[in-house]
Amino acid sequence: MTLETEIEDGLASYNFAYLDEQTKRMIRRAILKGIAIPGYQVPFASREMPMPYGWGTGGVQVTASIIGPDDTLKVIDQGADDTTNAVSIRAFFAKVADVETTTRTGEATIIQTRHRIPEEKLTEGQILVYQVPIPEPLRFLEPRETETRKMHALAEYGLMHVKLYEDIARNGHIATTYAYPVKVEGRYVMDPSPTPKFDNPKMHMSDALQLFGAGREKRIYAVPPHTNVVSLDFEDYPFEIQTFEEPCALCGAHGVYLDEVILDDRGGRMFVCSDTDFCEERRAEGHRGHLSGEAMEAAE
Amino acid sequence: MYVAVKGGEAAIRNAHRLLADRRRGDRSLPSLTLGQIAEQLALACDRVMAEGSVYDRELAALAIKQARGDLIEAIFLLRAYRTTLPRFGYSEPIDTGAMQVERRVSATYKDLPGGQMLGPTFDYTHRLLDPSLAGDDAPDDPEAREGDGVPAMRVSDILAQEGLIEADGETGGEEIGDLTRTPMEFPMGRDTRLQALARGDEGFLLALGYSTQRGYARSHPFVGEIRIGEVEVEYRMPELGLTVSLGRIRVTECQMVNQFKGSAKAPPQFTRGYGLVFGQSERKAMAVALCDRALRADELGEDKFAPAQDEEFVISHSDNVQATGFVEHLKLPHYVDFQAELDLVRRMRGEHARKQGGDEAMPEAAE
Repeated sequence: MTLETEIEDGLASYNFAYLDEQTKRMIRRAILKGIAIPGYQVPFASREMPMPYGWGTGGVQVTASIIGPDDTLKVIDQGADDTTNAVSIRAFFAKVADVETTTRTGEATIIQTRHRIPEEKLTEGQILVYQVPIPEPLRFLEPRETETRKMHALAEYGLMHVKLYEDIARNGHIATTYAYPVKVEGRYVMDPSPTPKFDNPKMHMSDALQLFGAGREKRIYAVPPHTNVVSLDFEDYPFEIQTFEEPCALCGAHGVYLDEVILDDRGGRMFVCSDTDFCEERRAEGHRGHLSGEAMEAAE
Repeated sequence: MYVAVKGGEAAIRNAHRLLADRRRGDRSLPSLTLGQIAEQLALACDRVMAEGSVYDRELAALAIKQARGDLIEAIFLLRAYRTTLPRFGYSEPIDTGAMQVERRVSATYKDLPGGQMLGPTFDYTHRLLDPSLAGDDAPDDPEAREGDGVPAMRVSDILAQEGLIEADGETGGEEIGDLTRTPMEFPMGRDTRLQALARGDEGFLLALGYSTQRGYARSHPFVGEIRIGEVEVEYRMPELGLTVSLGRIRVTECQMVNQFKGSAKAPPQFTRGYGLVFGQSERKAMAVALCDRALRADELGEDKFAPAQDEEFVISHSDNVQATGFVEHLKLPHYVDFQAELDLVRRMRGEHARKQGGDEAMPEAAE
């Protein structure tokens, strides 16, 4: 039967980094437009990818369009290199682009991420690619794309401030803890993707290029290096990031984002770095948290 | 004990190995062949081809086998394959008037040129389980007769002779949109809207079509005609100025005839809802036709109040590959965001307790 050979041929003839060159060109144009208009959502003809929508297809398409054979790729999900979807996406690029992969932030030229920005400061020449589920920061205030596009065009962001104000009136706080809206270069209000607001300050004046891909929603946007990124707030209720009372239980780091790990069924818990690479490097340098010995034994 | 959620490559590999085992099932039973799936689960293949947007029975059969019969998963497999295929051009419009008809029914006329042909339909079968199918009894050969060679005239053409029904819309000189190559924008043209409906989820469109019948944008529909059969697909090669046939495909076409009171500009005449689907799928074609008509509310100056009339709502949510991906992505880890919410809820509870402090002398009584 000819079917098998057809399919095998099809598989064998996938282009470098999976997407065909025409598609990459189309995506690169969208990326360039996004860089030229920081924070503006550029519609693009998103392709079906061999992983489901909502699982990083936007980020994967952006990465596939910018990656070259000399790049070194890092993929994280929730800050960790070893979460299943990060493993799966890393394996995908190792297969279809045959690139070096790494878990070390400093070594990577491209970092694809879901829900976190690495703790280590990114440097010039690095590109951070965000996977974005809902690119429209106004979506939950106004479900219609036709309306939200108008609001962006007119820079009519009053509704967002009203929402934040209502939070304060009702709860005494701005009750947005992740996907906290930012204003980019004084113009577009942008969704930073569902990163915790803890990471928002890292976007401001970053040395690295930040690219955002939303596959299902067919949007790409960008924050070029050295761009103003300001989290929305009020003079009397300034933007604040989360703080943790204790340091990382494994590496003792302060001022980093922590995950809560449940230890037993009696309320025992520990807080550990969400950025696994950061934590490992600190431990390699000899830093220790109060549970590091115990936890490492248990894990072995 | 501290066990981080580690999704190592080994875990993924083992999960996929187990999946392969479960897919195959009991090894003492013969494996399904693609031919068996394509022939005996033909309508499943039709649905996968239609919503996967690739007309290829064998690939559809393979996708169904690989997906363990999960049709949305099979559709996804086919879509992901389709996206890698080179595109060398667009075919000429198919001519359903020249269709080699296997089934053709009209609810608006008792009889009409070309006749009513029931074809291979479930209609009028009594839905009684047939124990004989548990075995391998060969059914009788079907009746066949020579056709008279006259193409069956489209019902819309009969009505058009009197000017009673709106004509086919003009496409003008404009290029037809391509949903798969340009980003969607609202409001859409009817061309891209029909494309989206053609690959939309059968169940979703069925429910929306049904809602229009129950009064949420009622359009007084009649089935002008449903026809199922094969049409020729032709491709015009601009370099050579030649039109060549690429082959034949089976499609289902539904033309709904709907009321329209007329307006200041247009005299009263019937309007149309249109549905065209790969393969044999009357339910889908009819649902598409109902949705198409409902979505023309703006064009026809009708009040818009129902979900089925809301283009952005219908089209944004009709694609089952997108829908299943995003719904199922909720099972990916979200603990970073959840941590942020936990922190906030704890803080707010703390403040709440402090505020209530004085009143909470008897917490038991309050519970």
